[in-house]
Amino acid sequence: MSTEELNTPGMQVPPELQNQVSITTLNRIYNWSRRNSLWPMMFGLACCAIEMICAAAARYDFARFGFEVMRPSPRQADVMIVSGTVTKKMIPQIVRLYNQMPEPKYVIAMGACASGGGPFKEGYNVVSGVDKFIPVDVYIPGCPPTPQALLNGMITLQKKVDNESLKEVRWYKKGASEPIPVPVLGPDLMDPRKFGLIKEESQKMLEQQQMPGTGPAAEEAPAV
Amino acid sequence: MTDSMILTDVSDIAARYPEWITADGRPGYSGYIVAADHLLEFCRMVRDDLDYDLLSMVAGVDYITENMMEVVYYVYKTTGGGALVFKVQTPRDNPVVPSIFPIYPGAELQEREIYDLFGINFEGHPDLRRIFLWEGFAGHPMRKDWKEPYYEEELKPFKSRWPQGHVYRAEDELTPLKDNVQFPAGFDPYDWEAEGEQMLYAQLRKLQNAGDEELKTDRMIVNLGPQHPSTHGVFRMAALIEGEQVVELKPVVGYLHRNHEKIGERNTWQQNMPFTDRLDYISSISNNFGYVLAVEKLMNVKPPERAEYLRVLFAELTRLSNHLMAVGFLLNDLGAYFTPALYGLEERELILDIFEIVTGSRMMCNYMRFGGVVRDLPEGSYEKIRDLAFDRLPRKIDDIDAYLTGNEIVRVRCEGIGVLTAEEAIKYSLTGPNLRASGVPYDIRRADPYSIYDRFDFDVVVRYHGDVYDRYLVRLEEMRQSIRIIQQALKAIPEGPIMTGKSAYQVRVPAGEAYGRVEGPKGELGFYVISNGKGNPYRYHVRAPSFINLHGLAPMSRGGKIADVVVNLGALDIVLGEIDR
Repeated sequence: MSTEELNTPGMQVPPELQNQVSITTLNRIYNWSRRNSLWPMMFGLACCAIEMICAAAARYDFARFGFEVMRPSPRQADVMIVSGTVTKKMIPQIVRLYNQMPEPKYVIAMGACASGGGPFKEGYNVVSGVDKFIPVDVYIPGCPPTPQALLNGMITLQKKVDNESLKEVRWYKKGASEPIPVPVLGPDLMDPRKFGLIKEESQKMLEQQQMPGTGPAAEEAPAV
Repeated sequence: MTDSMILTDVSDIAARYPEWITADGRPGYSGYIVAADHLLEFCRMVRDDLDYDLLSMVAGVDYITENMMEVVYYVYKTTGGGALVFKVQTPRDNPVVPSIFPIYPGAELQEREIYDLFGINFEGHPDLRRIFLWEGFAGHPMRKDWKEPYYEEELKPFKSRWPQGHVYRAEDELTPLKDNVQFPAGFDPYDWEAEGEQMLYAQLRKLQNAGDEELKTDRMIVNLGPQHPSTHGVFRMAALIEGEQVVELKPVVGYLHRNHEKIGERNTWQQNMPFTDRLDYISSISNNFGYVLAVEKLMNVKPPERAEYLRVLFAELTRLSNHLMAVGFLLNDLGAYFTPALYGLEERELILDIFEIVTGSRMMCNYMRFGGVVRDLPEGSYEKIRDLAFDRLPRKIDDIDAYLTGNEIVRVRCEGIGVLTAEEAIKYSLTGPNLRASGVPYDIRRADPYSIYDRFDFDVVVRYHGDVYDRYLVRLEEMRQSIRIIQQALKAIPEGPIMTGKSAYQVRVPAGEAYGRVEGPKGELGFYVISNGKGNPYRYHVRAPSFINLHGLAPMSRGGKIADVVVNLGALDIVLGEIDR
């Protein structure tokens, strides 16, 4: 947001007070200050994390845009940049980290893997995109996205912050927001929100197997 | 030896014990097949009498049509020379193989990997747990009859994608649960009790109550990672500590296990090339190099001269960029928050610029092809590399040297920390700068030259204390040697073609096995591939230096302070994409 936009809420400032008083709306000044101090979490998953480091380093330097400093602790971070392949073994920790971040919090899915599984999508230990579990604000394509692409994504996030309204945002509503249930590692990754569905499908499979002449047994892993 | 006959070669052993050792006679295969119950005896002979002291690689192979599984061992001499290959076969329905941990402790993590992915039991292994997946995961995914949830077809290219090019989302079409998951029939998630980390902690608790009786100290288990600012990614260490002192430490990996090998066996040969980039994502061209060497061995092609020079040139640039980062991040781990790393990254960016000009990508270069490289140097890039190699980089490395090497804090924090003797380093199968810092002059570029490394004049950098400081010094000096190689290569590079034959989307590879290894920036990077004559690899295994160097972490850290664990890890120079694959 340019200074001009910030200071012109549609109200005329008398000529004698111009350059001395500035009038704005609460929304604008609030969003303006927030969008320029989004601190990312120091949280690298895979290849994209290296490009994230490059974007933080001297040549690209995302501190110029208000992503001032990376915090290793989720408690001090505003933005989680999911930079790399999300695996089934790692997703419980990612959800836990997300739950630990104080609101307002944003998530950037950096790269093909975090957005949808990427080249490793077919892998048995890969989650098809982090948005299966946590809400994502900005997706950045690329494998890995260049630091410029990451900066573009981060600026896109700033634009999103600009358009938020104090009246509507989740974190000023009554009551605490619900934490996302942490996935469980079972015979495969289990989302607590889908336990019923998993049970139903497994029962269906069992019935199919017990029914004679229904063709080959369901494609299942042999018992451990 | 009770016998007076001196063993000089493995064929002597084969001749003496024909009842349990036979030469592997399958076409395209080499080495010996050893009976499982004599494996330990054989290993002892190989190590003690024949001096094959460095266990390089252990890989499992599932031969489903023959109904047997095989474990393949590659051992080398640290004095140089070729490999000794031996294999053990075991039935598929009850696969048991004795663990060679008592003789080669560097097999520990590799055997755990095979146990995890193939379900082969290693008798006598001290800590046989799943490594990449978790306890309770259904099945062993690298077995040929195990199908992943998004299973579509045995081999690529899939009929649905080619030649029609039909596009759909795997979630929508392939699984009933609309996600990348599958469960055994009749499974009830409400009854599931997660095994959790009990087995890991049980290993540490064995030592928990052995504390000082008089002082009544408590020993405590502390986890570092997987989300930790100085674990270089999603690496986790479970440490048993007494006060500040580390009693025992277990690396916990698998948080970035992206199934390279399973995907690699569905891919065509050529399709695997971009996946190798993503193994050690800091030095992608070295990974390409190892893979093409392995496949070219099978195909029996040789790249033209110019391509060989380009390969060496870019492999050494990769080593430079890796070591710049390794040195920078080691200092990060020492607490010099980001300043030295920024110096390293600044130079790395210039190298990445060259990669981008030549290959089209900063990090995932995908540069090599079987029989050559994919692109020649575009206009102006030769001059850029020349300016870097002859002018800027030597200067900047001297700068880093001047700032860091004599720095008192660096010396106090690094000298005498994480010491590994030469014997220990070999025992734990360490390779690369970590091995050379312990006084073993083992560099594959010299010990078993590949490509055209025998033409260049460079020194194998060795330091003798085996501590963190020496590992740092080895990396620093290796950068200078890399620059020497680049300078020679730039002077000698001939004009000419960059590919043998015409480039093809798909190659046919004759049946057989091959192991291609290069001296990667982190150590011996090897690719073990088996072809059955089709368009896809039957087995594709990566011998990842970071993964195997992890054996050194616990012995380095035991008895030291918890703060030094982080420094030890930084000095090992790991990258998680390669550890977990």
